[in-house]
Amino acid sequence: MGKHLFLGDEAIAQAAIDAGLSGVYAYPGTPSTEITEYIQASAIAKERNIHSKWSANEKTAMEAALGMSYAGKRALCCMKHVGLNVAADCFMNIAMSGIHGGMLIVTADDPSMHSSQNEQDNRVLGNFAMIPVLEPSNQQEAYDMVYDGFECSERLGYPILLRITTRMAHSRAGVIRRPMKEQKTMSFPEDGRQRFILLPALARQRFKALLAAQDLFLQESESSAYNTYFDAPDKGLGIITTGIAFNYLSENYPDGFAYPVLKIGQYPLPVKQVERLVNACKEILVLEEGFPVVEEQLRGFPGKGLTIHGRLDGTLPRDGELTPDNVGKALGKSVTGYYTVPGVVRQRPPALCQGCGHRDVYDALNEVLLEYKEARVFSDIGCYTLGALPPFRAIDSCIDMGASITMAKGAADAGLFPSVAVIGDSTFTHSGMTGLLDCVNEEANVTIIISDNETTAMTGGQDSAGTGRIEAICAGIGVAPEHLRTMTPLKKNMEEMKRIIREEIEYKGVSVLIPRRECIQTLTRKKKASRK
Amino acid sequence: MKVDIILSGVGGQGILSIAAIIGEAALKEGLYMKQAEVHGMSQRGGDVQSNLRLSDQPVASDLIPTGQADLIISLEPMESLRYLPYLKKEGWLVTNARPFVNIPDYPDMETIHAELDRLPKKVVLDVEAIAKEAGSVRAANIVMLGAATPFLGIAYSKIENGIRHIFGRKGEEVVDMNLKALRKGYDVAQRLQ
Repeated sequence: MGKHLFLGDEAIAQAAIDAGLSGVYAYPGTPSTEITEYIQASAIAKERNIHSKWSANEKTAMEAALGMSYAGKRALCCMKHVGLNVAADCFMNIAMSGIHGGMLIVTADDPSMHSSQNEQDNRVLGNFAMIPVLEPSNQQEAYDMVYDGFECSERLGYPILLRITTRMAHSRAGVIRRPMKEQKTMSFPEDGRQRFILLPALARQRFKALLAAQDLFLQESESSAYNTYFDAPDKGLGIITTGIAFNYLSENYPDGFAYPVLKIGQYPLPVKQVERLVNACKEILVLEEGFPVVEEQLRGFPGKGLTIHGRLDGTLPRDGELTPDNVGKALGKSVTGYYTVPGVVRQRPPALCQGCGHRDVYDALNEVLLEYKEARVFSDIGCYTLGALPPFRAIDSCIDMGASITMAKGAADAGLFPSVAVIGDSTFTHSGMTGLLDCVNEEANVTIIISDNETTAMTGGQDSAGTGRIEAICAGIGVAPEHLRTMTPLKKNMEEMKRIIREEIEYKGVSVLIPRRECIQTLTRKKKASRK
Repeated sequence: MKVDIILSGVGGQGILSIAAIIGEAALKEGLYMKQAEVHGMSQRGGDVQSNLRLSDQPVASDLIPTGQADLIISLEPMESLRYLPYLKKEGWLVTNARPFVNIPDYPDMETIHAELDRLPKKVVLDVEAIAKEAGSVRAANIVMLGAATPFLGIAYSKIENGIRHIFGRKGEEVVDMNLKALRKGYDVAQRLQ
């Protein structure tokens, strides 16, 4: 078979299909979205009836993936790094129950925050759950890790966390595929009730089992082809790389490494190989994309008088992505004589599209709120977060999925008036509905705007879980029908929108306003498709 | 053979299609390649770039080190300047002349041209105007690809094949229009060098 030009995300998706996947479960999130999209578009996935519809959020996704695994089939669950926080309740406890059909969880971390609100390193959560973690250094490894990962997961009886970062997810390279495997037929775990009912008495047994499994995970790690030791004569320094950091190191040594190198792609940390390195070299440089996870573990290592360089001692920056440049600098190499960015170059931040309905919502809201000195607008995660930038400067917060409604409630509890929330339709069904129930139960004095563009727009227009049913959901939660109002965000409706917003701010209780107009990106795509 | 390319522009201009065609051609040539893109938030009208690395040896880093790019291909003149620190001193810069103004403080075009003039090796052309002549403004990015083809280290005919592959399912008419746009861009750039 020839090489396929795959994004890291696509390599993962194709590998999962080839490994006999039965279902992918996910909520869109940059840089993980393309994994699920690839499977949705795959003809062979359709033929094999592989589940690929979007889930309402990462927690529902992971639980459904676990259900599929319980029934003996291979399941993949994908999310961006902060999505694992949403799914953490399930994640921590799958480590207790274990799995039946092979289960891989992909976390796509976003160091340098290209499209995220933090740069958390989910290897930390993998360690926290005490399960094996894989971290590929290139697209072929990503493919192979997933292809073999399901079998490994089944052999160990535990889920495996595959950690990638933006430059792996969104970088293309040639990948060689392997033969396609059969899908699993339905089967159930023999000791199912002992494992999957985590009542305290049983959970205690399960935790002992997880602790006992650590030795097994370590053996896997120490014999893994993804943990490789490259020897070199100069023992003045020993280098440890994790994931794609290996590439930046290689870039700086095109003719071979000057020092011994331990390339890590599987965790827990392979103790034998690390011991070999620290016994040979007194000085260690750790190159890892993300947090100083290995670096911190190394500090507790029984090395005599070990000097460790990395992100903690300032050899590398503590924040942001690694680059061939900052890795080169850590190795004492410097680049000189390059061009600088001319002073005429201006910032060009992203912006809401021309013609986007969110623009009209913010125009109307901004005008009304001029009448209220203390007004605050709690917003959320999505395209409408761009309302923070000029010319709108319309929002005061963006913390996590769903936090707009609940923060508005808390601030209203504290006495703020008007306390306004702005949230999108997809974010509302992801994590806003439960917060709305809190508001209704306490009759909080909040004005909630669900700016509905009938899609998950920021990540490229994926299906939104509640399209066509947002009013019904709000009414079902208990919002009074007379304070559940829809409008069409258009210039020509500006006066009507302002009137409704004003009326509902003045209502002392829960109001939900739903300005609804389809995302112009998805609308344009639909029009193009229908023309063909 | 080793060519490191920075592609730049504004979200939505179509730099990723250029990258896809070059990538397809490179893979057919048996070359190694890596191509890093940025998806997500910046695609909403912000500055976007892609690092494309081609070589007859395996490529290590997905990102091009400072001062190592052989070529900048930009669909927007100010954006071409943003990535200058990556360009080799003797590298080529091929850019669209027509600005994409979606910010209030877009600089005076004269100052941008003054900066471009200081570079030893560049091709500056109005790809929209040339695309219009070729029959479709939507092929502006393909005109740009044509202008950059002499610097790719890949034969012109292989890039043509890349276009046939990428646009093939859209029908012969679309393929022909894009091939025409490629030729126009190539010819204009030849005259400007």
